Amino acid sequence: MSAKILARLQAQFGARILSTSSFRGDDTAVVAAKDWREVALFLKTDAETALDHFTDLTAVDYPEREPGLPRFDVLVHARSMRKGHRFTLKTRVRDGESLDSLLPVWRGADWTERECFDMFGIVFRGHPDLRRILMYPEFTGHPLRKDYPIERVQPLVKYRDEDNIEKLAPFGPEEGQPFARIDWQARLLGEDLQVAPALAVQQGQKHNTSETSATQKGAPLPAEIPGKA
Amino acid sequence: MEPIEEELEDEAALELPSEPMKLNMGPSHPAMHGTIRMVLDLDGEIIQEVDVQPGYLHRGFEKSCERGTWQQVYPYADRLNYVSPMLNNVGFSLAAEKLLGITVPERCQYYRVILGELARIADHLTCNGAGAMELGAFTPFLWCLKVRDWVWDILEKETGARMTHSFGRIGGMARPPTATLKEDVRALLPEIEKVLMEVETMLLRNRIFLDRMQGVGILTKELALDAGVTGPMLRSTGVDYDVRKAHPYLVYDRFDFDVPIGHDGDNYDRFLVRTEEMRQSCRILAQACDQMPDDGPINVDDPRVMLPEKHAVYTTIEATIAHFKLVMEGIKIPPGEVYSYTEAGNGELGFYLVSDGSGTPYRVRCRPPCFINLAICRDMLLGEMVADIIPTFGSVNMIGGECDR
Amino acid sequence: MGEVKTILGGDTNFATTKFEALLGWARKYSLFQYPFATACCGMEFFAVAGPRYDSARFGAEAPRFSPRQSDVLWVVGTISQRQAPVVKRVYEQMAEPKWVVAFGTCASTGGFYDNYTTLPGVDKVIPVDVYIPACPPRPEAVLDALMLLMEKIQKGNREPVTVPPREMPKLAQIRTRPDAVSAADAAHASELLRAAGRLGSGE
Repeated sequence: MSAKILARLQAQFGARILSTSSFRGDDTAVVAAKDWREVALFLKTDAETALDHFTDLTAVDYPEREPGLPRFDVLVHARSMRKGHRFTLKTRVRDGESLDSLLPVWRGADWTERECFDMFGIVFRGHPDLRRILMYPEFTGHPLRKDYPIERVQPLVKYRDEDNIEKLAPFGPEEGQPFARIDWQARLLGEDLQVAPALAVQQGQKHNTSETSATQKGAPLPAEIPGKA
Repeated sequence: MEPIEEELEDEAALELPSEPMKLNMGPSHPAMHGTIRMVLDLDGEIIQEVDVQPGYLHRGFEKSCERGTWQQVYPYADRLNYVSPMLNNVGFSLAAEKLLGITVPERCQYYRVILGELARIADHLTCNGAGAMELGAFTPFLWCLKVRDWVWDILEKETGARMTHSFGRIGGMARPPTATLKEDVRALLPEIEKVLMEVETMLLRNRIFLDRMQGVGILTKELALDAGVTGPMLRSTGVDYDVRKAHPYLVYDRFDFDVPIGHDGDNYDRFLVRTEEMRQSCRILAQACDQMPDDGPINVDDPRVMLPEKHAVYTTIEATIAHFKLVMEGIKIPPGEVYSYTEAGNGELGFYLVSDGSGTPYRVRCRPPCFINLAICRDMLLGEMVADIIPTFGSVNMIGGECDR
Repeated sequence: MGEVKTILGGDTNFATTKFEALLGWARKYSLFQYPFATACCGMEFFAVAGPRYDSARFGAEAPRFSPRQSDVLWVVGTISQRQAPVVKRVYEQMAEPKWVVAFGTCASTGGFYDNYTTLPGVDKVIPVDVYIPACPPRPEAVLDALMLLMEKIQKGNREPVTVPPREMPKLAQIRTRPDAVSAADAAHASELLRAAGRLGSGE
């Protein structure tokens, strides 16, 4: 159905449509960054394509592409309310290159472009309010880039530097769902795992024996933070 | 006090002079479920400008997905829209299956419909109940929670968890339906209808409720389409768009159900649309229970995606290796990219998946319905009063996990 | 710390106790809470306050949405780095004595959100009294935490504790028996579980 859109686009823009593809029913056209807004506007306003319902705008990072191809793919998905078809328009931008904002075309590009800027560092030219949206302003870097290490945190608050705020061993499987549904039949038939003695205090860790302990009733202490009175 | 005799020439002269004021709402505000911050510019009580700042619950969903296997996306997907995790499970399953080019057996499709519609009912109950509570109507909230616990009982019986099920699998479900599923669902449906009616009786003739919902937070059809709004929020403006009808997936084309639409696009319409959708979900559930086959496979018969049978793993070397590779390396989805969409609680939940052929997702993009719905919250609030933020924001139903991911 | 002792006899009954014990006793039954609900766990928090689990039974149903009026800060859900200053400030605004409950794995350790944006446990910025594991915890676990907290308040104990998993001693006994399980045993087990409230009664 939406193959018509591809034909229509090619008739209108000719060689400016760099490539097209249809995979599992998703039709996509790739355009150069300079044609991005013009093609999008055409897709929205043309009577045959009429993509009036904005769906999504996002980006993908390919840092290890073959040379010559820009690093980021930026995509916009849209849908036609009258015709019921969907279409994906894609462009490619280099790191540091800016792209025309689609805000004049679809209002929905507002926050999604801000998110793209926040997560990938793609600058949208003409966006009136291009701030970070999910991360805080003090954050440096763009987390969804492949070269941003996932575990690099940038805390806003200094962590408490007490020696013993480290907890005991991480929660084991038994502690994960202490009240989970009991398949008692399986349990009776011995099909489940052996119930691990999750309550046992880890060896070598300081064991607080003060009489104020709330949970000390003969049974060993549950995972308790050692040492801190 | 004597009434003022003469006619005032200028009504504005009666108003007290007021200076513009900045007011900060959130990120931890009592009457907002979810964490969001709003910086308001006020003229007296009237909102002149509002800066909506989401992102306080950004948990790195998309980045976290890029370090596990495809199957390991499910727990993260559960916690997107945590009010209806099963719908996220279904949405992600369908996206991954679209990328693989497989279709699950019919019985599994019905199973997904049933679990998904139950989750939708839980979602709308929470939204309507919490919205009413924020306006001071505590009793309907408790009633809604009561029913939600009944719905969760069924989900728990099926999946083993009350809310974060992680029950979907690429190419099927974790377990076949229990023997009592149909019976449980059929017994629940009249109870849901009953409570819905009770809630409506409590609220829809309540002057306070009506005054704060009707004509507040109006969204126009044109703006909604332009901004990409979907779900109950779009339907409340009068646009007849439901993914289940417009682009039927699973077996939704076999059910007889209606898409409720509103007229004015105000809070009241959004409330009514959600209530009516729950009734329609009940209709779907009843039909699905009737049509669902009792026997048949749940999972696709495809060794690329499904774990081999346990018995075979223990007894044959081929199955052991296949099991090991599927667990350790994950499902190898061939390179490609798809955009798949389903109707979740808040609207069109899309997944844009990119695979590079390894067992790890290259990119998992979730199109979060409430992030996009919330983006035009500003336009709905301008010119309203401060107190109107609460019902408006409540009926947008921003869910932090999905909005900020 | 002593417990409250009642002395019966004569026309008038007395209760003797220490002042702190009396204070603790009074405090533990009127917990005003500040639910700092951010994420998924908030849904279970609703359920705890809801009709089935009903935290009002413990005198802990009244939420106070000003930190200055509340005793217990429930950190319900994931705290992101962006949220950390907020939760710290809320904590600092609370008047002594105050207690903190980390609700769910995310609030306790960061859970499986081990990434650039999530605070690895709210105890990195504020001290925590009770940790509730699970993602999200079932309401029964939350009620356990509440009782644990009340016990701590009574005893004036500020040592952090984790809600322990429930044990099932009777079941384990049954299972270790070598012979096959009889129908009577199975019925007995389900009876025990139902008595412990752990099989859904189906309302």
